[in-house]
Amino acid sequence: MADWTLFEVFVRSKHGLNHKHVGSVHAADATMALENARELYTRRSEGVSIWVVPAEQITASAGDEKEPFFDPADDKVYRHASFYKLPPEVDQM
Amino acid sequence: MYAQQVDTGSKGLKSLDEMSPEERHFQEKVDAEVRIEPKNWMPDGYRKTLIRQISQHAHSEIVGMLPEGNWLTRAPSLKRKLQLMAKIQDEAGHGLYLYSAMETLGADRDEEIEKLHRGEVKFSSIFTYPTLTWADMGAIGWLVDGAAIVNQVPLQRCSYGPYSRAMIRVCKEESFHQRQGYEILLTMMREGTDEQKEMVQDAINRFWWPSLMMFGPSDTNSPNSAQSMAWKIKRHSNDELRQRFLDQTVPQLEFLGCTAPDPDLKWNEETGHYDFGEIDWQEFFDVLKGHSPCGVERIQQRKKAIDEGQWVRDAAVAYAEKKQANNAA
Repeated sequence: MADWTLFEVFVRSKHGLNHKHVGSVHAADATMALENARELYTRRSEGVSIWVVPAEQITASAGDEKEPFFDPADDKVYRHASFYKLPPEVDQM
Repeated sequence: MYAQQVDTGSKGLKSLDEMSPEERHFQEKVDAEVRIEPKNWMPDGYRKTLIRQISQHAHSEIVGMLPEGNWLTRAPSLKRKLQLMAKIQDEAGHGLYLYSAMETLGADRDEEIEKLHRGEVKFSSIFTYPTLTWADMGAIGWLVDGAAIVNQVPLQRCSYGPYSRAMIRVCKEESFHQRQGYEILLTMMREGTDEQKEMVQDAINRFWWPSLMMFGPSDTNSPNSAQSMAWKIKRHSNDELRQRFLDQTVPQLEFLGCTAPDPDLKWNEETGHYDFGEIDWQEFFDVLKGHSPCGVERIQQRKKAIDEGQWVRDAAVAYAEKKQANNAA
């Protein structure tokens, strides 16, 4: 297994929905990763489409939410609909 | 439980005040039911405990295929054979989900498998028992997978995200296993000959106590439970889960028209639970130490499968490299 690549697996469960991460598989190449992913993650019609991506190709944000990475979103309350107070007559907007 | 007696390395619970700031932040997240993800800081003991537990759990799924594989070529009909194959394939899948979850903690799959083969990591005591008759396939599906479900349902809420998500997938699939097992026994009891009915009772007699042992030692003799509970890896005590399993299983046993090999088993009106006899813990600890009917054989079989499959893995790599070279040319 040591010389096989680790692939992350994403499955679209139904037409019209996003692909969603479901787990990972090891494989010698991408074609084999797809076949392994089909056997492992869609044995009961859980999907209509599969993506496999070499795990090392994924760039991820740092793990701890203490990181300031997401801070810029915290002080912009005016991005939310609830920030705008409207009179009851038109509040269904 | 598929993981029994997992060592936490803990000498006793720390209070929040005794913890380092990082550790306190971690514990507060766990207490607030925030899942811990692979890249989050975690105490070394938490990481090691999870690797031990998930590794043992994964090995159990994989070794668990062997006692059932024993009956694959002798299933009584094509239908039963297909069902058993589907169940065994699920077990392989469960092992793979779990190895993946374990790898997110930095553990190496090959290394953990070698540890199993060297006897340094355990697998569940239940899979060291032989499968002597077709009725054993029914008893395993019903009792062993039944006990596994009782254990795995709370693990869906385990504090470690990847383990919890693997358990959610596993639990979705287990219910088929238990029902197919019970249906095998029910069919034998309803339509079988006297000899076949005796086979069912014999299978239950042999798997009853080992199934109850799957939940691990009694609470009074379970030194690692407190730390695992504080980390919310574990949600209920061994005895609590054992009782839950027993309470749901006895009515199913009676419906089959069979009995348990336990003269002390009876309904307790006062507690609202079934009372049961003393478990032979000596047998349990002997099995864990390797003194079991099939423990050695199971590991030999696993090792043989890995060793003899080496050429397949080599060929897959050679083929992938050749294809890549052709594409580049």
